[in-house]
Amino acid sequence: MSAAAVTARRWAPPLVGFGSLLLFLTAVEILIRVGAINRYIVPLPSEVAASFTRVILEEDILHRFLITAWECLAASLLLTVFGIGIGVAFHQVRLLRLACETWVAAMASAPLVLAYPLFLVLFGRSALTIIMMSFLVGLPPVILKTIEGLSATRRVLINVGRSFKLTSAQQFWKILLPSALPTIFVGIRLGLMFALINVVAVEFLINFGGLGQLINDLAERYDLPGVYAAICFVMLISVVFFVITERAERWLKSAG
Amino acid sequence: MAEIGRLVRAPQARPWLTSVTLLRTVIVLAALVGWQILAVSGLLYRDVVPPLPKVAAALVKLLSSVDFYWNLWFTIDEIAIGLVLGGLAGLVTGLVIGSNKFIAKAFEPYLYYIGPTPKIIFFPVMIMWFGAGAGSKIAMGAVSCFFPIALNVAAGMRQIDQVLIKVGESFRANPWQMATKIYLPAMRRPVINGLRLGLGVALIGTLLAETKISNRGLGFVVIDAYNTFNMPRLYAILIVLFVLAIGANALITRLGGLDEIKQK
Repeated sequence: MSAAAVTARRWAPPLVGFGSLLLFLTAVEILIRVGAINRYIVPLPSEVAASFTRVILEEDILHRFLITAWECLAASLLLTVFGIGIGVAFHQVRLLRLACETWVAAMASAPLVLAYPLFLVLFGRSALTIIMMSFLVGLPPVILKTIEGLSATRRVLINVGRSFKLTSAQQFWKILLPSALPTIFVGIRLGLMFALINVVAVEFLINFGGLGQLINDLAERYDLPGVYAAICFVMLISVVFFVITERAERWLKSAG
Repeated sequence: MAEIGRLVRAPQARPWLTSVTLLRTVIVLAALVGWQILAVSGLLYRDVVPPLPKVAAALVKLLSSVDFYWNLWFTIDEIAIGLVLGGLAGLVTGLVIGSNKFIAKAFEPYLYYIGPTPKIIFFPVMIMWFGAGAGSKIAMGAVSCFFPIALNVAAGMRQIDQVLIKVGESFRANPWQMATKIYLPAMRRPVINGLRLGLGVALIGTLLAETKISNRGLGFVVIDAYNTFNMPRLYAILIVLFVLAIGANALITRLGGLDEIKQK
């Protein structure tokens, strides 16, 4: 196969995908212009595109982005420290794991974010509510993946450590933790994603803080193109965040 | 028959009180006692951590009120319709994407990357499209569960044993027969897993939407308890919600597993 054919094969699908998206938006634009879709319900895609700069410049989006990023960072630090800490404790104390692992798994399937009104009472309408809520929602995957990673350490590696007469602390830092790190990172990544989703969601719901509040604000002002633009912006940010963590995970796996 | 000639260990009576049960009991008791001490200590504002009897009373009152079941029914209705709509759309999308490599390369990245974005931000748009009533909540549930179901079905399609597909083709099965007789049974596991994840996010999407704008449903009961600062009721409804959600999740997992045993 010629080089050109290979390039064509490689680029054809993404081009078709992107082309269909553009085609869809054009169709929506035309349908709105001829009046088939109510423009007070769905704004013109061109209007949405135009309002991007307006939203970015007038709504102080950088500041809002930093607030959301800061809340995410705080939640993820808590997640990492407590998630790995609890996971390690569960792994070291077998009885604790037997007793509580199913509880953590059950916690992962409960809609914890519904407790946000409770957190409003406990922590007030503040960044702390958003951080604590997101921390709690992201915690179970980190705990579960830490336990999984540590228990999947190969017997051979543990025996090597034993034959070198490592103390249990050395055994943990030199053998168990490095071997479990890629799996633990999978958990941290899941936790981070849950945290990001919930930071934005709680911001939106309690109308406080960064990007989530922006969407609520614009919706309450009935600035439709602005709402659509802000939604696109938030989605873009979470996609970028998702891609970065995915790359990091792949890198960590290939390095480990 | 297989047991003949093999040494079988006599069934041992399992000790009634294993150390695990003991530890669990201790943890639960410690949590309850700690809660009660915190409640009566006066360290926190009154009713932020209400005493246990108050929470228990609220729980009984909640579960014995007709109102609760009316709201529960309303929410279940919304989630079920959302799950059916989003699930069917996800199933069809997953089948199409999973069966064609070109389409998968063209469109799957969009699903894959938009899947983990926060869905609740679409709620203002859904209100515009479907109104502030049940429509927008159903739409939230449908949008939420569409992504995990579509992605799981697509992934499930790709891991089907090629032999099964060849068998279907050699019987000249039409697309509908291929889907119902070959594809869907062969990918029961990813489909059920997608459904489980889908139910989880549809539940969250619908209930969160109800806490934002509505006058019915369990999400409304939660936010109403908050707005009237009825903390025992807030704790009670949250307990009920978590138990229901965990139960539904376990049920789907169990049903998925039961199918497997039957087939063997």
